[in-house]
Amino acid sequence: MADNSPPEIDIETIKRYAHLMMEGVPWASTLGFKVTDVERGRAFATAPWREDLVGDPDTGVIHGGVITALLDNICGVAVATRLNEIKAMATLDLRIDYMRPAEKGREIIGEAECYHITRSVAFTHAWAYHDSRDRIIASASGAFALNDPKRWSPGGGGTAAIARAAGAKS
Amino acid sequence: MSRAADLIGFLDRVPFARTLGIRCEVHGDEMTAVLPFDEKLIGNVGIRAIHGGAIGAFLEITAMAQVFLASELERMPRPIDLTIDYLRSGRAEDLYARAQIRKFGSRMASVHAEAWQTERNKPVAALRAQFLVQERKSEDA
Repeated sequence: MADNSPPEIDIETIKRYAHLMMEGVPWASTLGFKVTDVERGRAFATAPWREDLVGDPDTGVIHGGVITALLDNICGVAVATRLNEIKAMATLDLRIDYMRPAEKGREIIGEAECYHITRSVAFTHAWAYHDSRDRIIASASGAFALNDPKRWSPGGGGTAAIARAAGAKS
Repeated sequence: MSRAADLIGFLDRVPFARTLGIRCEVHGDEMTAVLPFDEKLIGNVGIRAIHGGAIGAFLEITAMAQVFLASELERMPRPIDLTIDYLRSGRAEDLYARAQIRKFGSRMASVHAEAWQTERNKPVAALRAQFLVQERKSEDA
């Protein structure tokens, strides 16, 4: 049976390869997202200020859609840090509250927490800010479906990318 | 200039709308937004599904554009909050979306939007959002 059981993922492996969960994702890398730090249940990433991401040409404020993608993706990374085995992940729903516009010319930090996880669902909260969570640009909460990777993500994204990289190394 | 021409002219000026690749087609009072498929929109390379964040942004701009069309606003309305339900994975194909304004108040508008691919009755994602539709006088949101 051993050949059928998925390889276990330890936190060191996740730390090492978490950056692939954005760099290996075309839309996240198009937008310039980078994973900056992960720990069990928590992940951090950045979105750059770039001219082509601006939503309001008069003020230079980054479009809300960039923040949606950042928080969706970083929530997924936070979920991955709580997985003990490889699963395919799909966002079930995502709620975003916009508190204030991002400032022109400044990088946005995304922070996500996976605060509960079951066999089939993971629950997350996330925040976008410039300096600290005291001044939030947007907050989010999202639920993720956890699926059998063999059926959902053959050789694919999410934690499968980490598993592939980890497998390649060993 | 018609409201539809205003909208299309406005979207042309929004850099992120061009990065995403969204296009709005207006026929009478009905608008359909189109997101032509592009490799850069992929979120899961294994099953070649479009990124949830790209679908979310597409729906958000669709809803915003619909509010703009139905209003006299000089700028795009600002989103207050939104919820996206992901119903099916978005395949590597074009996406379409339409939005419906549920309530257009003096300060807020409540909007629903849905995105689909080959079959209109098999939506890929649905959005519910609140927008601020009062012209900004000060910096209060």
